[in-house]
Amino acid sequence: MSGSKKMVGADAVLRSLEAEGVETVFGIPGGAILPIYDAMARGTTVRHVLARHEQGGGHMAQGFARASGKVGVAFATSGPGATNLVTPIADAWMDSTPLVCITGQVRSNLIGTDAFQECDITGVTMPIVKHSWLVQDVEELPSIMKAAFHIASTGRCGPVLVDIPRDIQEAAINFKYPDSVDLPGWKPPTKGHPRQIKEAATRIAAAEKVVLYVGGGTLNGDAVQEIKELAELWRIPVVTTLMGKGAFPETHELFMGWPGMHGPKWSNYAVNKSELLVAVGARFDDRVTGKLSAFAPGADIIHLDIDSAEISKLRHADVPVVGPLKQILHDITGELRKLQSAGATSRTEPWLRQIREWRDEFPLRYTKASGGDFMKPQTVLEALQAQTGDRDDVIFTTGVGQHQMWAMQYLLCNQPRSFITSGGLGTMGFGIPAAVGAKAARPDATVVCVDGDGCFQMTCQELATASLEKLPIVVVLVNNGYLGMVHQWQNLFFEERRSQVHLTHQVPDYQMLAEAYGAAGFTVTNEDELDAALGEALTCGRTAVIDCRVDPAEGVYPMIPAGAAAIDMLEYQDPQGALA
Amino acid sequence: MKHTVSVLVENKPGALARVSTMFARRGFNIESLSVGPTERNDVSRITLRVDCERHSIEQIEKQMHKLVNVLRVSELEPGEAIERELALIKVHAPADKRHELVALGEVFHARVADLGADAMIFEVVGSPEELDSFEELVRPYGVKEMARTGRIGLGRTSATAPTPRKHHV
Repeated sequence: MSGSKKMVGADAVLRSLEAEGVETVFGIPGGAILPIYDAMARGTTVRHVLARHEQGGGHMAQGFARASGKVGVAFATSGPGATNLVTPIADAWMDSTPLVCITGQVRSNLIGTDAFQECDITGVTMPIVKHSWLVQDVEELPSIMKAAFHIASTGRCGPVLVDIPRDIQEAAINFKYPDSVDLPGWKPPTKGHPRQIKEAATRIAAAEKVVLYVGGGTLNGDAVQEIKELAELWRIPVVTTLMGKGAFPETHELFMGWPGMHGPKWSNYAVNKSELLVAVGARFDDRVTGKLSAFAPGADIIHLDIDSAEISKLRHADVPVVGPLKQILHDITGELRKLQSAGATSRTEPWLRQIREWRDEFPLRYTKASGGDFMKPQTVLEALQAQTGDRDDVIFTTGVGQHQMWAMQYLLCNQPRSFITSGGLGTMGFGIPAAVGAKAARPDATVVCVDGDGCFQMTCQELATASLEKLPIVVVLVNNGYLGMVHQWQNLFFEERRSQVHLTHQVPDYQMLAEAYGAAGFTVTNEDELDAALGEALTCGRTAVIDCRVDPAEGVYPMIPAGAAAIDMLEYQDPQGALA
Repeated sequence: MKHTVSVLVENKPGALARVSTMFARRGFNIESLSVGPTERNDVSRITLRVDCERHSIEQIEKQMHKLVNVLRVSELEPGEAIERELALIKVHAPADKRHELVALGEVFHARVADLGADAMIFEVVGSPEELDSFEELVRPYGVKEMARTGRIGLGRTSATAPTPRKHHV
């Protein structure tokens, strides 16, 4: 074979990664993947970041992918190593994150015998991957690696898994990386239909009460500039989902917040009283819509998406356009320019005025602390916003729960890929490892993980990775001593019966724990100390954890109770005296 | 509303599992599923009978299209397709009932595949509806066991070849 090289399967894996331009992978070695790690020791241009748990390695690869727009790569051994990757794979599936997971497998002759550390990981992950392979012949390895990267990153992005038995890693191969893929069943759409694009533009041009409902697909589809051009040309208000946060500048005059369960009332009013809702890479998730039949009941829907299966899955699309969002949005804007030349003009000014009035009428609000033992969590986020708001090189990650929602509400992100959170799966513990991965992708950026105390304790071992791999992150720990969101639901919907939610503010001692991991630790109980601690943590150049002791009685508001109509939001409830 | 969907898949390990797992996870109801070779040795055909009470047939087809091993999904429209099924039915058949049963079988072109002291096995091929009728007729005699293949089908030669539904509107 011309241009081929003799080697073993394990080398072929690394040469494939190099050929794909992979710079960094995340993982942990183990028995069934030893040959690949040995090949690594023999030399590669790929950097390996040693995680402390495979789940951490998987979330790091996700953080890397989300911060960079490239494919994230995670390694794990067979059996428990592979099953520990299941949560990141499910998370990447729900949030459409391009991820290639490479797992070792027991030798081919042991498969099916319940061998030590054997697990049918392609079977376990089948419902949560775009595709997977159990490599049965070393000769297939290069084409499978090529296909894995191609499938993960084309069409709607998502996770794939390549499971490689140990004997395949050790088998000899004449390696040649293919130039193209042969996948007759994988043909993602390449272009939106011109007639549908024209129809979408015509409807947008004529609309008075129109809203752009922008989701994470806009980031994956690299369509951030295009959405801005469209919004600005026709003066269309924009809301972004949790996954789409940062896809449109949040200090822009056309930015109108975030719809859904904990979005501001004015954002939900804008969506729900619109007459034309343009969904862009968004999927009408129940956390956005509330009761589906009551969601934007008077609106016609234009749905732009790369995935045809999202069209009319939950809400009927009056004008569906399937294809790459970058091209579709560019072409819609082009059609609007033509209509403009023919005399059409935007008619949205009264509607924009109306939304701004709602914004003034229903701002986010909370009662500031007046002394006492605790800070208000919202104050912590406001302080973080104040110290980072004028920078364009800060990336936030979060865990899942109350702190995540306050981060959404109070941190204003003007840059794409600057807010990395677990939206669909809602994976507690996502924040710290995702931050480590984001830092590996963007060493120039300051990466801040806004975390809760419950989340922190699920993945804090990765602080060791951050310290030792020189991937410093800043953890702003919104510590209310509770599994806060569960606590809030128990208060609201279970007659305040608190069941198994109290973690305490003090155990573990987060400052000491941070120091034990080689990081800087801070404890802040008083708002007067907050700015100084944040300032030091953000500039110290080391991994830092700021334990911010906040009021456990504070809830996230406004709130659409699960299953309720989005328009029926619960207003802010002052917790004073609610919890001794 | 029930539909018959014909799916061409790459003949690769796990292809059938991926289709059936997707049905299970999305809560789509499968009434019958049959899989076998086609005229191409690298392609298999899965014929599915699905109940679309809760989900639209479009949604089911589109989710199938996303599977990498799935090459083509087309619906077999009633009247536009030939659908067949094979059943083996073991019927209680004491000597005094045999003639009656064989005569009944002849109406459905059912062949007696096996005959024992007090039972016989009918082999019957036909449209699934015909098989239902035959099963109903022999049931009073006592059906001891039954195996059905599930339906398979092809678009009629007179009809234009079943075209995959256009999704990329």
